Formats: sequence, structure tokens, C-alpha cells
Amino acid sequence: MTTVSMTLNGKKVSAPVEDRTLLVHYIREAQGLTGTHVGCDTSQCGACVVHVNGKAVKSCTMLAVQAGDADVTTVEGLANGAELHPVQAAFREHHGLQCGFCTPGMIMTAVDMIERHGASLDEKTVRHELEGNICRCTGYQNIVKAILAASDQMAAMKTAAE
Amino acid sequence: MYETSYHRAGSVADAAALMAKAEDGKFLSGGQTLIPTMKQRLAAPSDLVDLMGIAEMTGISDEGSAIKIGAATTHHEVATSPVVSEGIPGLASLAAGIGDPAVRHMGTLGGSISNNDPAADYPAALVALGATVTTSKRSLSADEFFVGMFETALEEDEIVTSVSFPKPSQSAYAKYPNPASRYAMAGVFVAKMSGGDVRVAVTGAGQDGVFRVAEMETALSSNWSAEAVAGVSVDAGDLLADIHGSAEYRANLVTVMAKRAVAAAG
Amino acid sequence: MGVDGIGARALRKEDKRFITGKGRYTDDMVLPRMAYAAFVRSPHAHAKVTGIDASAALAMPGVDAVLTGEQLVGDGIGNLICGWMVHSKDGSPMNMGAWRALEPEIVRHVGQAVAVVIADTQAQARDAADAVIVDYDELPAIVDAVAAMEAGAPQLHPEASNNLIYDWEIGDEAATNAAFEQAAHVTRMDIHNNRLVPNPMEPRAAVADYNDAEEHYTLYTTSQNPHVARLVLSAFYNVAPENKLRVIAPDVGGGFGSKIFIYPEEIVALWASKRVGRPVKWVSDRTEAFLTDAHGRDHKSHAELALDADNKIIGFRVQTVANLGAYMSLFSSSVPTYLYATLLSGQYDIPAIHANVKAVYTNTTPVDAYRGAGRPEATFLVERMMETAAREVGLSPAEFRRKNFVRSFPHQTPVIMCYDAGDYDATLDAALKAIDHDGFPARKAEAASRGKLRGMGLSCYIEACGIAPSAAVGSLGAGVGLWESAEVRVNPVGSIEVLTGSHSHGQGHETTFAQLISERFGLDTDSVNIVHGDTDKVQFGMGTYGSRSGAVGMSAIVKALDKVEAKAKKIAAHLMEAAEGDIQIEGGELKVAGTDKKLSFTEVALAAYTAHNLPEGMEPGLKEGAFYDPTNFTFPAGTYACEVEIDPDTGKTEIVNFVAADDFGKIINPMIVEGQVHGGLTQGIGQALLENAAYDESGQLVTGSYMDYTMPRADDVPSYQLLTTETICPGNPLGMKGCGEAGAIGSPPAVINAITDAINNNDLSMPATPERVWQASRAGLQQAAE
Repeated sequence: MTTVSMTLNGKKVSAPVEDRTLLVHYIREAQGLTGTHVGCDTSQCGACVVHVNGKAVKSCTMLAVQAGDADVTTVEGLANGAELHPVQAAFREHHGLQCGFCTPGMIMTAVDMIERHGASLDEKTVRHELEGNICRCTGYQNIVKAILAASDQMAAMKTAAE
Repeated sequence: MYETSYHRAGSVADAAALMAKAEDGKFLSGGQTLIPTMKQRLAAPSDLVDLMGIAEMTGISDEGSAIKIGAATTHHEVATSPVVSEGIPGLASLAAGIGDPAVRHMGTLGGSISNNDPAADYPAALVALGATVTTSKRSLSADEFFVGMFETALEEDEIVTSVSFPKPSQSAYAKYPNPASRYAMAGVFVAKMSGGDVRVAVTGAGQDGVFRVAEMETALSSNWSAEAVAGVSVDAGDLLADIHGSAEYRANLVTVMAKRAVAAAG
Repeated sequence: MGVDGIGARALRKEDKRFITGKGRYTDDMVLPRMAYAAFVRSPHAHAKVTGIDASAALAMPGVDAVLTGEQLVGDGIGNLICGWMVHSKDGSPMNMGAWRALEPEIVRHVGQAVAVVIADTQAQARDAADAVIVDYDELPAIVDAVAAMEAGAPQLHPEASNNLIYDWEIGDEAATNAAFEQAAHVTRMDIHNNRLVPNPMEPRAAVADYNDAEEHYTLYTTSQNPHVARLVLSAFYNVAPENKLRVIAPDVGGGFGSKIFIYPEEIVALWASKRVGRPVKWVSDRTEAFLTDAHGRDHKSHAELALDADNKIIGFRVQTVANLGAYMSLFSSSVPTYLYATLLSGQYDIPAIHANVKAVYTNTTPVDAYRGAGRPEATFLVERMMETAAREVGLSPAEFRRKNFVRSFPHQTPVIMCYDAGDYDATLDAALKAIDHDGFPARKAEAASRGKLRGMGLSCYIEACGIAPSAAVGSLGAGVGLWESAEVRVNPVGSIEVLTGSHSHGQGHETTFAQLISERFGLDTDSVNIVHGDTDKVQFGMGTYGSRSGAVGMSAIVKALDKVEAKAKKIAAHLMEAAEGDIQIEGGELKVAGTDKKLSFTEVALAAYTAHNLPEGMEPGLKEGAFYDPTNFTFPAGTYACEVEIDPDTGKTEIVNFVAADDFGKIINPMIVEGQVHGGLTQGIGQALLENAAYDESGQLVTGSYMDYTMPRADDVPSYQLLTTETICPGNPLGMKGCGEAGAIGSPPAVINAITDAINNNDLSMPATPERVWQASRAGLQQAAE
């Protein structure tokens, strides 16, 4: 057992866990944040994507101890109080989710994607960048639409702020 | 996953010392293959020695005729490095095509080549570019380093610390991915070195991991064009076959990917 | 939110919890003193269990119990059953073998559970499950359904000789054979419909909680139909009487059929919870899902289509072998019979049809309904035959179909179904126009100039949805009625709760159903809550599958709303001293026609509950329930047009354009309907190009993870062009037909027809993987050259 401490959604947290505990189980069970999901056991579906030190990673393919002292953000930490993150809002606006199970990982992947590509995203790039996230409900079309819309909106917000 | 003990190493020496103490330890360098393997209970190391925090093993440096990349450098860092994109564009595009964005944020060069998965991408680049692998104990040529499927020349406690890639005059990598796993079914790295030496390395298709195709190298040495390799095929008898592709199909893909790589290299 | 009625693209009420990580799925439930279950599963496809040694496991940290099949049978837990009786053509009932939730004697597929470990943590339970030593005597296994019927094949169940479950037929054999004797042309094909794994992204899970003081169980589970689960768990598995069992299906992460059925794991979790005196949680991992979630499809068919000299279809003859796997899952028998062969008439006027279906046991995972369930298999067969026949007789595939369309309604087919309404020319015309069918030759030539092969394929599908008229399905062997229930509770402040027996696991019922109430009473959708998925709240219901929740589930709501409206009008008339017939409901108010007298909906609701001034003899309250039993199936239909471009060097297929023109009848929320079609199309394209549950000869699933089973990803599919036409379904009050399965039903033949067109070779089976297309295109080029 190791006491693993990290900053989770801006809050210092700590819990003793076995070294084999995956980050996703630390988040879900030790910290009770159940928005991050497990959809496969081969690191392919992306339902577990969170941000560690600002980068999207698969929390099912990382030990909690590896994230010791890191800054971790989950889907629960994305909104600014009652104000949804633009990507969250776009998923709703464009019907980018149905059963909702892959959605948190999709949203975390999308935020990371937009941060890396800025306004240069196009449909082909978005589809390629979603290689590590599987959705069985939506056929991806509205997810792609939502990500492109959010990317445009975030670029506009950035321009407005400058 | 079976229980294990995790150790974060601060230096290469520290990592070697931690490994020496472990009963049946493994180095962890990103873990994008090792952790899934442990989750399936196909690996059960008593100890994990994490190399990701070792400063001396990270970073990308331009050394004139070569680019040196620390073994703990992530695929994302290689893919987005201006030094790599300018010096060895084929290597940057190869790194940009490994796994998916989240995997590229964690997976490392050293982890990939130490595992030597026959469908991994990096081995093709190392072999085609004639890279030199530096370990905690010695330096090896890529040809010496890769021994066979999931086998390298590394000893139990030996750590890859960096890889030095000579800059080619032209290089490119073309991969045909397995539709399910997205690993390479056939990945071909072509490189024309500044001295005119041409090397062609294939990953994903060979039963013993990465291999070179002498006939393509000869053909390209005299005529650097896609047409030069169009008529060259590899022997299907030495290739992998599975539900996604017969050896015959993979042999075809090797030729097609070689053509595309040469065309992309310009 | 505002007032969003029928036809509005209302954003979903349920989304906020999902996009903020506040969904509540079964695996999110944590109960005090909860233990975890891990199953010990067979690594063999067929073997005798000769001994189970749990001593090492029991000694491991945190382990509470190791339970086996012997104990389960000893405690009187019943066998799993198939709830739809199908009779063979000789009149004998289907041959159902025994299926126990934990198998004490003979395992019949890889992954079948023989024991369960209950421990304090999931990791401890899994560690201990690995330490349970099971001795097996391996038996020969059989995975191919046709081979399983041959003499000398390994036998799975003593009840089913030659592994034959039933030998069933439909249609008039003599009339069909007579038609073939008159035929000017006969098209013949052997067609395999590949086995699929449903793969909802949320794996199955169960949390069972037994309260010994109350002798009462609560089960949280990933179910599409919690009431049916409770019924079956009570009536057949003897877990507990219904009043002692509450089943809750909270947020459920997709189903696609696979979460209709009751599986061994839920039964064991309930039983184990009583045995160990603690709540027990089981969560499937993806590997277990591949091995134990009911698979879909897996048909091998031979089909023959007879044409007269004018290219009119005069007869259709089909022989199908359906692989049902090692056991008969809950509705497995109905899928290759009443949900399949009844659709073999397609959109066409075919005077004589005969189909023979043999269902067979094999040492593979059980097969049951998966999105479309039987109708994709029928559509693939019919539409591959139509395209092929058109090519053979030299007609354009569109023209050949048009020549044979059903044009007058109602239309009685020779295979039970009576089509109530449709306009098949309308969807065909719309699809051809949208895909620019006329411009295709030029695009094909342009692609050829780049060394690429282009092809165009059509599929004119029809399906039977709105499952189903209870008496009709009862006469065909169904063990349950397939009506739906609803209860509309108007609260004293005028807000409304609608309790429905339908279950939403991605379909957006919380929004669509609320739109119906919003339309009816002019109320804000925010003041309407849809309650579902809990047997303690909703009295009864049949759940969600077969595109039934609109046509059947909403019709039940309409009936309940009719009663609420009638009572509200009576109260309003009484309070405003007007005639009941003069009361109109508009914009959230009850008005007296032709006057300025009005009461708000809230005022009327409050009056119903204060009961100070109600009409003589009226009961207080404003709450009404209804059961709706449909009078017929509904018949969504449409045309899908697919254009592909193939790289002959690698065999990779790119779908460059895909048009879906659907007639779903009345649509409540177009945004949600489009989402359903996108998802269905992607699953259908997955079947056509990517997905395949493949077994080796020893019965090992070789595509048992996402490393080998190709799930459609974002870069595998295009953005689709969707169109709708509308003929109103006369069978239900809203005129709805259903949209949940159409995409998965209609798309596979469109894709394969397009590829075979591109490569000039009709011999191509699903999934059309790059290698298969590469091989077939080389053969096609050779044929073209000869």
C-alpha cells in the first residue's frame, strides 16, 4: 500500500491504495468520482480519458502511484461552477451523446485535441484524433460536429480575449 | 493485475540499483504495453521501476549529423519536436502515428524499442536510419539491438537511455494499420542517407520482428523512385499470418507501403 | 427549456448529468459492506467438470466464499430458459437443453461460469478466482452450425439430437416450388451473415442486496427491461417472489439487445448476496463481455429467387441454418424465425415464399437479439438477391426493384406480415437524387483515372417494429404479451410525472416523451419528468427493444393522457360552469371556447387534489394509467444508397457517400431520430466492413478483444446524408413507426452491393475486410480481362 496524493480537479486529495491500483480506480473508488468510466481492458475505448498535468491520458493504463503529486482533471472538473465548458455545451447542443457512457472520455479527449490543434481542426483531423475513443451509439457524426463547433467557439473566445 | 511494488527512479544508477534489489522486476517507461499486459495477468513483475522521471533520459537534441532522443521521451514529444520534423521528417510522422493521442502522451521511445513488439513502429526507423542505441552499459547498432520477436540484446538490468538517429537526406514511413488494434500490419521506413546509402526496414509483417529488404535497397540505390520498388516483393514464407491478413496479403502490403514511403519521401 | 412539442429539435433533458460526469450507472453504486464477485470461467469450449478445489482460494485475503453450481442447484435456483416456444414443421416443440447459472457438470462454451468467488475487493476476488482449481476432461467441440448437424458431430445436449433445436418452416412450399417451375430466370446465392458481438460501451454489471429481515432483494442491473428481468427471476429462476424483488435499471450505457436477456451473473449475484449476507457487486470486464454477452446474427443461407420473363418476382425460396450457440438465450428462438423469415418479402410483391430454418447448438457463446434481430439477416438476404438478380438480367438495380415494389396497402405478404402503409418509390427517388445517381458514371471514371475503383449499391429495406400485438405473438409462441404501460401523475402544482415501462439507455426518452406532454398540455418540458427503470415505481412494463418505445410506449402514454385530459376538462367545466365539450386545452390553460373564461393547468390540478369543489361523485386526484396493446407491427422502410471507393492496392474501402432515406412515420424529435440513424448505420457498416466474431476449431473466440474485433471508429465511417419521407402509420395514435434499428438493418447490403459493383466480383462475404476485398478485386479484374 502506498499513500497516493495528487491535485484532483484543483483539490488536494490523498488515499492509501495498493500499488497495482489503476488511476481510474483511484479516481472512481478512492475518491468517489464516477464520471470516469472503464469500457475495455485493452486501452482502446477511451472511456477513461482524464488529463494528467494537462495532457490527455488513459487512466486505465496508468497506475495511481504514477500520478502521485500530479495535477489530474476529470470530467467533473471541467465546468466552471454552473457554467459548462464549451466542449460540454457543444456535446449537448449537437446531440453528441446518447447513452452517455463514452461521453466523459470523449469530452476530455476533445478538450485536449482542441488545445493542441487550436482553430486548425477539420473533420478529417477530428476523426483521426478520435482513434482512441470508441462510441457505439452515435456513429460519431454528431461528436465530430460538436468538437468542430466547440473548437470554433473557443478560438473566437480566445480572439475576443486578446 | 497481480499486486506489485512501484518505485520511482531518480537517476539511471538509481534505477539499476532498484532493479538489482527486485525479485522479478520490470522497468516501466510509459507503460502503454506493460500495464495492459499486467492487467491481462500475462505479466506479474514483483516490482516496477519507473524511468519516466529520470531527467538524463529525456529530451531531444540536435547533434549536427544526428538527432539524439532520450529514451523516456514520449511519442508526442518526438512527433511535435521541430528538431525532429526538420531533421528526420519520417521519424516525426512515424511517432505521430503510434497508438492514439492519449497513448502518445505516455508511451516512450525506450519503452517501445525495449519491448520490440513485432508490430511496433519505432524498430523500423531505428533499423532504416542505422540508429545507435545507448544503454546504461554500452552502445549498440540498431541491427545488433533487435534480436527477434519481443527480443532485444538488452540484459535484465540494462536500460536504454537514448537513441541517436543519423539524419538522412530523405526519409519517410508508410504504415498499413491492423484495422482493429491499429498496430502496423506492414510498416515500411525508407531512408536515403547523405552518403547515398539506402536502407529499407519493415515492421509489422515479419515473424521475427523488424527486417531489412536488400532487394529494395539495391533497387532504390540506383533509382530513388516508387516505381523502383513496385516490382520487388518479399518472400511471404517469412511473414506473419493471422485473421487480419495472410502472409501473401502482408507481402503485398510491404511492396505497396514501400512505394508510398518512397513517394512521400520525395 | 420552454414548450417543445411534436417535431421540435428539443435538446435532451438528460444530457447535463452525462456531460458533467454525474450519470449513475450500475457500477457507480456503492452499498455499505458490499462485496465483489469474480467468476471462475471455463477455458474450454466443451468439457466435463470433474472437480473444483477452492481450498487455496478460500485461504486468500478478503475471500468470503467460493460458490459452485452444485450449491446453486441445491438451493433450488432454476435453469435459464428461452421464453419463446417455436415448433418444428412436424409439430414437435423446440429441443431446449438445460442451462444453469453455474455449471456443475458439462461446460459448453469458453467463458461459461463454473464457480464464483465473493471477496472484500474486486482485486481480491479476481486473485482468488485465479486460484480456484477446476479439473476438466476435455470433450470435442463444434463451432460451425452446418457441421454440427452432421452425423458424428460432438453432441451438446441430450435433449437435442444432432444438435438440432428446431426445423421450422414458413410459407407455402408447394406454391413456391410451382413458381420455380415456371421461372424464366433463377438467381441463386449462398449467403453468410457474420456473427457479431453487441459491445455496448458500458459492460454488464449487477449489484445485488439481500435484506434478511425483510427477506427482500434489490438488484441494480444493466437492463433494457427491468420488469421482465424481475418476472423471469421470480417465475423461472426461483430467486424470490416478485413482491420480494425490486429491480432497478439506472442509467444504462447502451444495450442494442444484449441487455434484454437475463444472464447467469445477475442470478448468481442475487443468490450469493443471500448466501454471504452482504450486498454483492459484479462488473464485467470487456473480455467477459466478449465471452458472455449474447452474440448476434450468424446465419448461413441458401436463397433462390424466381423471375418471370418480364423480370417480375414469382417465387422466393430460402434455407437458413441459424447458430444459436451453446444455450438458448431468452428470446433466441424467435430471432431466426418470426423476426427474420416474416420479412423475407422485403418491399416487394412476391406471390410465393417458402423458408426453412434450422436452429442449431454449437460450442459458442449463446446468440440472441442484436440491433435489428432477424430483420438485418432478412434484409441482407433479400437485398443481395435483388441486386444480384438485377445484374444477372441486365436491369438497373433501381429499375428492377421498382418493377417489383408493393404499391397498394394494406398488403398481405405470404409470410404472416400485413404491411399497413408505405411509399417505397418515394424513398428510392429521394435516395437516388441525393446521391446523384445519374452523375455516378462520371465519378467512377474520374476515380479510375486515379487508379481507384468506385461502386454504387442500394438497399431498399423494410422492417417490422413496434413489437408487438400480444395475441398475435402469443399465437406464435411468445411467453409474454408485448404491450406497454404508462401512468401519468399530475402533481397538485401542475408538474407532471410520467411513469413508463419503456427503458431509455441512450434513446432520449426523458426528452421525447416529455415533448408529447408539452405538446398536449402546452407545458414547459422542464415541468415534466419521465420515470422509468424501477419496478418499485413503475407498475409493469415490457422494456425497450425492437423500436417499440415510440409506437407502443408512447401510445400507452397517449392513452393515459386522454384520460387525464378528460378528467381535467370535467373539473374545469365544473369550476367554470361550462359544458365539458366547450373546454379546450391550449398553452397550459383550460379555456371555455368562445369566452374569455379560463383556468391554468395548475389551478385545475390543485382543484383535483384539494377536492373542495369537484363534480358530484368524482374521485379526488389527477392520475391515470393505461395499457396499450398494438393491433399490428409497424413497418418503417427506406432506401439506403452507398458509394464506395476502393484502393485496389490494399483492398481498403472508403465510403465516400452514404444516403439514408427513411420513412419512420411521424417523428417527434428529428435530432434524436437522426442520432439513432447515425448509430444504426455505423453498426451496420461495422458488420459489413469490420466486425466479426470468429472462432477457431477448438471453440476459442479469436476476436475476443478490441485488439482483434474491429469496432467502427470515427475514421472508419463518413458523415451521412439523412432524408425522411412520411407515410403515417395507421396502427397507433401518433402515427409513429420507429427508428432505432433501421440503420443497422438497411446498411449492410448497400455497402456490399457497392463494393461488389466496384470490384466487378459478386463473391464477397462480410465483413469485407481489406484483404477479402483485395483478393476479390484481383479475381474481379481477372474476370473483366477474360
